[in-house]
Amino acid sequence: MAKSKIATKPIEELSYEEALTELESIVESLEGGQNSLEDSMKLFERGQALASYCGVLLESAQLKVQKLAGENISAFEEESE
Amino acid sequence: MQPTLFSSIHLTVSQLTFHIRKQLENDPTLQDVWVEGEISNLSRPASGHIYFTLKDKNAALKCMMWKQDAGRSRVNLQDGMAIEAHGRITVYEPQGTYQLAVNLIQPKGEGALYQEFLRLKALLEAEGLFEIDRKRPIPAQPRVVGIVTSGTGAALRDMINTLRRRLPLVQVLLVTSPVQGVEAPPALVKALQSLNSLPMISDHPTPDVILLARGGGSIEDLWAFNTEQVVRAVADSKIPVICGVGHETDFTLSDFAADLRAPTPTAAAELATQTTLDDLRDLLTSYSSRLASSILDLTAEQKAFIFALRSRLKYVSPERRIQSEYQQLDEFLRRAFSAMDHRIQLQSNYVNGISRRLFSLSPEGILLRGYAIVTRIEDGAVVSKVAQARGEMKVRVSDGEFGIKCDVSSKNCES
Repeated sequence: MAKSKIATKPIEELSYEEALTELESIVESLEGGQNSLEDSMKLFERGQALASYCGVLLESAQLKVQKLAGENISAFEEESE
Repeated sequence: MQPTLFSSIHLTVSQLTFHIRKQLENDPTLQDVWVEGEISNLSRPASGHIYFTLKDKNAALKCMMWKQDAGRSRVNLQDGMAIEAHGRITVYEPQGTYQLAVNLIQPKGEGALYQEFLRLKALLEAEGLFEIDRKRPIPAQPRVVGIVTSGTGAALRDMINTLRRRLPLVQVLLVTSPVQGVEAPPALVKALQSLNSLPMISDHPTPDVILLARGGGSIEDLWAFNTEQVVRAVADSKIPVICGVGHETDFTLSDFAADLRAPTPTAAAELATQTTLDDLRDLLTSYSSRLASSILDLTAEQKAFIFALRSRLKYVSPERRIQSEYQQLDEFLRRAFSAMDHRIQLQSNYVNGISRRLFSLSPEGILLRGYAIVTRIEDGAVVSKVAQARGEMKVRVSDGEFGIKCDVSSKNCES
């Protein structure tokens, strides 16, 4: 049961929300203290990687603006002042 | 008409003016009236009351507005402005003039629009379009924000800047639309519908929330947001809609139909991002520290556990057994040595006895008791019988020997 908590999806394929949700469940699982030591260490490592990944995403986030016209979606160029 | 000198009615100016005043002030039409005209001779003395003349092509009407009514007015009056003024006709007796005591002013045309606004509001309200139960919660942290607004103008820029500042993780999907004029209502409806039917036309993720917005303007400018088709499109949207049209004091029917009303476009963008980048940073920090402390707890727990195990292990360790085995071994050795000592003692006593006996049996011992050993010189044979005695012989006694000569004549054999 504890095994299944250790996801295997590569972190860089996760969206921010997925990474944060997984981090949250890892923290809760570790705080629950029901895992073997070995699983705990794996969860901890995964959690650390997720936390730093989320941090990088947060700090590098750039608002993406697209324009929908009819059925076409294209990048929206903001007018410069 | 020729005056009748003897007419029964003779009045002072005051009496006549009072009479006129009574006539005017008792006429219900004159006591609750909207008058349309253009402002001229606008005057704002220090008293705070406002004086102006309303006029049209053929007539003029003196108007005044008491300070407290003037303070409530949201219309910034200017000479030449076409307005609708509401009030009652009063008479200013000292000057013998009548005037409109204005209590409410709105820009011209607003009255009819306002009637339409009230009519449509009542209609849609009766249909339940504005029910609180219909309002859906706005997601606190949207991934995709749909925006319907004019492609030019401050509203779009304000919203994009606000979203960028608060939550740059957001993806914005913009549909531009005219927001005033006759083409605005159908374009706004189409924009709302296209955001709602996105999965059918592309694989772009559907917006979690739509911002329907427009900057400030006159009631005519904002009117598209009061049209039935736009209000219905807002109510029909499957995606929650935040409506931010005009300024704080402007209410449109789209505001009532939306899931959330924002006072301005900027506020709409703020309400769409209740969770900000700072919140996410805080959340991440808290997860990280919980993660660290959970593993510290775990390590401490494991250490304590290992410590307990170690002391239990010590208790059951074979070391004690080994020590006790050693002790037993020592005991055995001690006993073995002591047994050996005993044996050796016994043996040594025995050997002493034997040696004493052996010594007593040695020829020297016998010689001491006075016996002597006689040997023949010629062949060294021991002479133990008389018949063996002959020639020269050697006699050995306890401390040496001496020679003798056999006297054959005196041989005497006893047996």
